[in-house]
Amino acid sequence: MRISVQAEDFDIGEEISKIRHGRTDLGAIATFTGLVRDIHGDHVIRKMTLEHFPAMAEKELLKIAEQSMKRWPLEDLTIIHRYGPLYPGDNIVLVITTSHHREAAFKAAQFIMDWLKTDAPFWKKEETDMGEHWVAAKEDDTKKRDRWT
Amino acid sequence: MNIFYFARIRENIGISSEEINLPSGVKTVSDLIRFLEDKGDNYSAAFAESDLIRVAVNNDYVGLDYKITDKDEIAIFPPMTGG
Repeated sequence: MRISVQAEDFDIGEEISKIRHGRTDLGAIATFTGLVRDIHGDHVIRKMTLEHFPAMAEKELLKIAEQSMKRWPLEDLTIIHRYGPLYPGDNIVLVITTSHHREAAFKAAQFIMDWLKTDAPFWKKEETDMGEHWVAAKEDDTKKRDRWT
Repeated sequence: MNIFYFARIRENIGISSEEINLPSGVKTVSDLIRFLEDKGDNYSAAFAESDLIRVAVNNDYVGLDYKITDKDEIAIFPPMTGG
């Protein structure tokens, strides 16, 4: 299992190679990458700054990862979450799950993302053509998370 | 007691952390927030909407009725928006 909270960018291809590391028993690798968009509603986004709580961020991601491992027969997983100043097109988050079969890999990746949105201590601030603001938490994201409980 | 603030709440208050002596009447997280609100307009603005406050004690999320002591480390922040 690889969990990383980092300012640096990540390379999706490299991360897939790392998690495979020569294994031939894996039937499925699912990946999700979250990116900074340049449009949010009517606003043009110029920059997104991710603030995080260093003492808790990795620990909370690990908790979510462990829950997903309990729930589905995963072989391994990677979660990388960036912080700091990011720009449109930049990577924010990467989830990779591996399993013998696709269903576990797909579902676990979605479960991890749904929990991470509301329960990992990160906060997004957008700088737009209309000024800057903290992104509000969405009720819908809480509903998506709670579907799993 | 050390208190850390993050994101909008940090900006409203204007500092990222502070050390306070826990007053004797303050037993729970919500008591602490009420105490902090009296410290000034910046604090009352930060805590104006109770739905938009989340708290961790010693790096674990807790509810507003969680009991605290002077040795605890508190973090106060808005609902998370990761991913």
